[in-house]
Amino acid sequence: MSNRISVMVVSGSRERLQMAAMVASVGAVSGNDVHVFLSMNALSYFVREAPKEPPVEGPVGTLLAEKKVPPFRELFANAVDLGEAKIYPCSMAMDVLALERKDLVDFVGEPMGLTKFLDEASTGQVWTF
Amino acid sequence: MGTRKLVDARGSFCPGPLMELIAAMKAAQVGDELEVLSSDKGSAHDIPEWINKVKHEHIETREEDGVWHVVVRKAK
Repeated sequence: MSNRISVMVVSGSRERLQMAAMVASVGAVSGNDVHVFLSMNALSYFVREAPKEPPVEGPVGTLLAEKKVPPFRELFANAVDLGEAKIYPCSMAMDVLALERKDLVDFVGEPMGLTKFLDEASTGQVWTF
Repeated sequence: MGTRKLVDARGSFCPGPLMELIAAMKAAQVGDELEVLSSDKGSAHDIPEWINKVKHEHIETREEDGVWHVVVRKAK
């Protein structure tokens, strides 16, 4: 019994990227069919070259950086490698940021438009970060 | 009979110990036991939830000197 979990990530804050990565990875390794859509300020943190560390929103974000919390990119990679999650960069954000697929980290799949993502998210849980 | 493998995830935070366990589970044989060491209390509660959800066998959870030991048998 596989459930669909759709995760839309638009924020570029450390806390929100971390929480999105936790939902995606734990959801995927628990037998759910996880689809992640990366757009807006989130997408630039998945660029292959010189990934920037995201700014924190509050004190917990600072603690995440200081303590041995699994980095959000590693958790997204776990979601794909261990749980067969699919991670799609938003085609609109790719255009705005002038990015090509080859500019992004390996675990991110082919760009997807919102029409298709919304169609895929039409059943199951939908989470937004 | 399978073997028992130690997964030392002390110092990591949720869901790090779970991910380390799952990576080790993938490499293990059916019937093998894995023992996760975690200093993160949340993981000590969450890992058995995962074990039951995906239908492996939860052998035991115990705490020794502030370290949680969760033992699981790979069932499939």
